[in-house]
Amino acid sequence: MAIMESEVKRIERLSSRHLLGLDGMKAEEIQLILDTARSFREIIDRPIKRVPTLQGKTIVNLFYEPSTRTRISFELAEKRMSADIINFSASTSSVKKGESLIDTVRNIAAMKIDMVVMRHSSPGAGHLLTRVLDANIINAGDGGHEHPTQALLDMMTIREKKGRLDNLTIAMVGDISHSRVALSNIYGLKTMGARVLVCGPSTLIPREIERLGVEVYHNIDDIIPQVDVMNILRLQLERQRKGLFPSLREYHNYFGITRERLEKATRPILIMHPGPMNRGLEISSNVADSEHSVILEQVTNGIAVRMAVLYLLAGGPSEIH
Amino acid sequence: MKFTKNVKSGVYEFQSLPEKLLLKGGTVIDPSQNLEKRTDILIEDGKITAVEEINESHFSGVVMDVDGKIVSPGWMDLHVHLREPGREDEETIESGTLAAANGGFTAVCCMPNTNPPIDSQEIIQYIKDRARDSLVEVYPIATITKKRAGDELAEILDLVEQGAVAISDDGSPVMSAEIMRRALEYSKMVNIPVIGHEEDITMTADGHIHEGFVSTCLGLGGIPSVAEDIMIARDIMLAEYTGGRFHVAHISTRKSVELVREAKKRGVQVTAEVTPHHFTLTDEAVRGYDTNAKMKPPLRTADDIEAIMEGLQDNTIDAIATDHAPHSWEEKASEFIYAPFGIVGLETALGLSMTKLVHSKKLSLSQLIEKFSTNPYRILGLEPPSIQKGMNANITVFDPEITWTFDEKQSLSRSHNSPFIGWKLTGKPHLVINRGKLFSSILAS
Repeated sequence: MAIMESEVKRIERLSSRHLLGLDGMKAEEIQLILDTARSFREIIDRPIKRVPTLQGKTIVNLFYEPSTRTRISFELAEKRMSADIINFSASTSSVKKGESLIDTVRNIAAMKIDMVVMRHSSPGAGHLLTRVLDANIINAGDGGHEHPTQALLDMMTIREKKGRLDNLTIAMVGDISHSRVALSNIYGLKTMGARVLVCGPSTLIPREIERLGVEVYHNIDDIIPQVDVMNILRLQLERQRKGLFPSLREYHNYFGITRERLEKATRPILIMHPGPMNRGLEISSNVADSEHSVILEQVTNGIAVRMAVLYLLAGGPSEIH
Repeated sequence: MKFTKNVKSGVYEFQSLPEKLLLKGGTVIDPSQNLEKRTDILIEDGKITAVEEINESHFSGVVMDVDGKIVSPGWMDLHVHLREPGREDEETIESGTLAAANGGFTAVCCMPNTNPPIDSQEIIQYIKDRARDSLVEVYPIATITKKRAGDELAEILDLVEQGAVAISDDGSPVMSAEIMRRALEYSKMVNIPVIGHEEDITMTADGHIHEGFVSTCLGLGGIPSVAEDIMIARDIMLAEYTGGRFHVAHISTRKSVELVREAKKRGVQVTAEVTPHHFTLTDEAVRGYDTNAKMKPPLRTADDIEAIMEGLQDNTIDAIATDHAPHSWEEKASEFIYAPFGIVGLETALGLSMTKLVHSKKLSLSQLIEKFSTNPYRILGLEPPSIQKGMNANITVFDPEITWTFDEKQSLSRSHNSPFIGWKLTGKPHLVINRGKLFSSILAS
């Protein structure tokens, strides 16, 4: 099976020590991560789910924002690779005592750690870390900016199901403005040669997004006949201000993905969602649980992708045996 | 000859002028009297006593060779945050005026968002007392409303009586059109401008940088240019209706420049200033999340800069002011969304303006000096300094051609939150003279 366009050249390592986002990442680097993830995917299904790849490496999971699945997914990926891990979340930390991010991180650095996985509400928080820390930094979501491992696991899932990424039409649906998942997917998918549509209420589409090479739609029925994949975004009620749309009722009626809507499709549409879902709002249950939904496979692939990222940032085959 | 360093303490301070000082061989450019010629200036007891060629051999005082340099009337920065009282860790009146002198200014207007704010005679008196011995004159701008809260007019007549030269709630836009209307109306009685920080804050609550392609790429909340434009449009209409004087602080968008241009044509009493960073940088400077590229109004686009350049050329924009906004390292070294807005500017204004405006052939030297010296005074309704016999010596001397690198170690401000550290600039402050004192810039020394 041809997984990728053959023109993308093969490489063995990433050009950066950090994974802050997919903006600027080259196609061969994304391909390397996805290929590596595919080979790690098999470990997850083994009876004994552990390899010694990151033995002796210490990883801190620094979560300044609540997260369940991303944190658990990273933690599992780290454990599967035999890393030593420390979990730090804002609620149990000195953050409440008013310590600055830089001081917190310098203290952690003084404990000689190798990698930091960080989630933070401020865009660019990972960039700040790279300026004060020697460790590898992995962005696990920075505000409304990027969530690169989510987009990588989305791409891995699409490639698994569709056999390729190029020449597919993929729609990001819903709240584009507040979605780091959307932005990372747009960067990554465009680099890999996909056609990307965004569809949502005009008040939830950020300005000048067309300049990223995406097509903007406001009517779900217009995109359904065109798309191979629909990535339905969580309505980020906690992150947006009031007044961006009139009511949840109207949102669901016009932008919610329902079975009835999908019946207009001329070909099977892969249904994705980064979770956690607002069932009955952006996605109806009979879509989320349908045969076209790969939402739970996304979750499994998430571990493989994160294993791949950790492995490659730790130095890849030349550093680790 | 080193005039600035106190040998005993090692601290920089203003130096008394020699009794007789001859500035020899400079090019005098004074737009207030349309003067542009190479000549000497004799200063005796702080007053200009001759503007003509003077033979050194018969002269008994101190001679300073300013050959190749530009000698202009002293520069005024209309928009400075001195942070005293309240945030003396970031700047004081002493450090701020030293930084101003180091950057080529002999006067600054200080904004009232101090703690407590400049909304009482006592605070104005305090500032005047603290600035008494400075070479740099400090002109207080008082608040429009009590506590800058936007609800009730401050005691404007009292404040002006005590020495306020303008009113502004800078940083906190007056959202009520009714209050703004009354401020324009009331301030007319004492003929001072109302200075507007123009931003509709109902549109900018989640904003950190200019709303556009870069904010979309960086996932940062946007500050739309229209939030500035509609407030300027409103306040132009209110100035027109009331006959009051309205001065636009730190103009940053194309539409705003157009609005001011049209209003001036109609005869509305409106003036405008721009900061050096708004004609130097675009929002592209935010990529990488440098918090020193975060300020209000935000850095805009190349198209806005083009409009600003046109506005400077046709005098739609009257003045260049820095919006010098010192912030502590701790506050700026935080996550982008938590970092405060604002950058320092007193010591880079001349270099940036020379580089981006004069050497880039947008403005002549005389036009530049007009925007840094003559016009700021006129906006406030004050007599601008002038290089004429009988006038107090209030003079800025700068080197138009020297290329230098801005190094924060040579900054006299207490804060160094500047995106221009390490920049190569052409044109550098040389020395300033005012109030019987002299200060040689230590930039690039």
